[in-house]
Amino acid sequence: MSAAVLPMAANTGINGVALGVLIALFGIVTVAGFMASRFKRGDGLESLDEWGLGGRKFGTWITWFLLGGDLYTAYTFVAVPAAMFATGAVAGFFAVPYTIILYPIIFIFMARLWSVSHRHGYVTTADFVRGRYDSRSLSLAVAVTGFVATMPYIALQLVGIQAVLEVAGLGGGDNVLAKDLPLFIAFALLAAFTYSSGLRAPAVIAFVKDILIYLVIIVAVIYLPGQVGGWDAIFGAAQDKMDANNAAAVEAGLKPSSSFVPGSGAFWAYATLALGSAMALFMYPHSVTASLSSNSRNTVRRNAALLPAYSFVLGLLALLGWVAIAAGTQPIGLDGEPNAQLVIPQLFEDMFPSWFTGVAFAAIAIGALVPAAIMSIAAANTFTRNIYKEWLKKDATPAQEAKVSKLMSLVVKAFALVFVLTLDKQNAINFQLLGGIWIMQTFPAVVFSLFTRWFHRYGLLLGWAVAMVYGTVMAYQVINPVTGNHFGGSTALIPGLEEMGYIAVTAFVINVVLAVVVSAILNALKVSNGKDETIEFDYFAEADDPRVVKDLTAHATRQEPYGDPDGVAGNAGAR
Amino acid sequence: MVAAGVLLAIPVVALMAVPTYARVEPELFGFPFFFWYQFLWVFLCSALTYTAYRLTLAARKPAKGDDR
Repeated sequence: MSAAVLPMAANTGINGVALGVLIALFGIVTVAGFMASRFKRGDGLESLDEWGLGGRKFGTWITWFLLGGDLYTAYTFVAVPAAMFATGAVAGFFAVPYTIILYPIIFIFMARLWSVSHRHGYVTTADFVRGRYDSRSLSLAVAVTGFVATMPYIALQLVGIQAVLEVAGLGGGDNVLAKDLPLFIAFALLAAFTYSSGLRAPAVIAFVKDILIYLVIIVAVIYLPGQVGGWDAIFGAAQDKMDANNAAAVEAGLKPSSSFVPGSGAFWAYATLALGSAMALFMYPHSVTASLSSNSRNTVRRNAALLPAYSFVLGLLALLGWVAIAAGTQPIGLDGEPNAQLVIPQLFEDMFPSWFTGVAFAAIAIGALVPAAIMSIAAANTFTRNIYKEWLKKDATPAQEAKVSKLMSLVVKAFALVFVLTLDKQNAINFQLLGGIWIMQTFPAVVFSLFTRWFHRYGLLLGWAVAMVYGTVMAYQVINPVTGNHFGGSTALIPGLEEMGYIAVTAFVINVVLAVVVSAILNALKVSNGKDETIEFDYFAEADDPRVVKDLTAHATRQEPYGDPDGVAGNAGAR
Repeated sequence: MVAAGVLLAIPVVALMAVPTYARVEPELFGFPFFFWYQFLWVFLCSALTYTAYRLTLAARKPAKGDDR
């Protein structure tokens, strides 16, 4: 790496010590990742179970770290504080209520999903939908959505790694390749890392990552506010900046879009952004994988009660964006343009001694790398199980499945790279919101179906399709007032309410209304709703239940991953 | 089980009601109300969810006849 970096050192502000520490920590972690593939190894990484699910041997603690990894990503460290820095509380602080109400929501449905998944060997939400409705098309819809919606979320992680590398002084220069060099380095690291080690690498590194992150967070939230005059000064500076922003916007003939505390025009936006994000998060393939790999139904609920501790720290991190305002941080990219995404790395570089800046950079970079790896693996697994094996090659061998998964984990990252290069990365938090618009449309098919089979599979499918189109079109039409790019934001006027709201929630309402209407009609006409291979007991099953243990043993040697062998509705085999 | 459902609904409803807390006063340790109120809900939500967890465990016990 150093050979590529040195020629640029002359004209960019490389922070030598910080970069050295960053590279050293990164090296240690990478070695640990590669060694991870040797530890606790089962039949080699040639089967999908081994590569994609770590051999399903993860206990409560590792599950906790994997789940925590879903929250502590570049989203937390880079995107949310950047949004706070740039436009204030509505754009950024909604992440706090989002990560609070997340847990009551998953408490309600995740235990049921866990139980039914363990009874039938489901690994993805698409598996469940397939079994519940005997519907390949609805299952395909869920799988495709999971695959596509993960892309912008991974893109957000790439932006995070890129931000660190850029502030550390890598990249810059005139030609196109050098300009985006940090991005390509980030991509290459991620790809090599995931491809070689599968889920074992991020699971092992998650420990290192969390220790580094906690260290940096604790130091940052204790040390930094005192350095800039305390919280009074921080909130004062933030209020001044937001007021000045709004005054400038009005002068330029634009709508004021910055906020210190949400004004009356932003209540709906704030609430729907929080609610939509919360309902969306545990629909992503990687969140489902992390939850399902826990060893007990109760672990999921216990974690739901304990995980909100993460949200507190998330709030403090969000406020670091305002600490940067008080500190007068100037996030200027190597191209000389201001870039809000650089604000936290820049704040750290300005305020910390170089060696600790290096530690903080490593924490952010590894904190983006681990979730990105988990996300791409989960998305690839979904593709393999529910698209490749279901539609393209039914008789695929385990080795072929693993190979396709590895390949797809590269494809999903390549598309993520396309997102970064083509969309507006000034507002990285929007990547996550864009993914949320899509993935939330699988919520009715998955979560409603956990509780009832009143909904009709075609109603759910139609609701999904219309909502996907609506959400995408609406998001495309949001134009960034500064840059003029499409996909400039994720809020739009809610029809009939004339208030700004998160597009995902509006689309979700359309989705549900359509699903209800069409289901009512089809149920009245007695159109077949497919065979249900699950029974009521499946939704309450506990891990140590002897019947479940027997099932799991049976599933372990089973060739097909799911399905109802005897073809009788409501009668899953092997009990 | 109904009680558990209510406990879980409380934080969602409280935090969706943005107009009830979108203001600056009263401040606490320099934090405007809007911010410290939401931080407070982190702990309230955790407590409510944990209570709901205990309730569901208790509700399962007699029904399943095991000692978990």
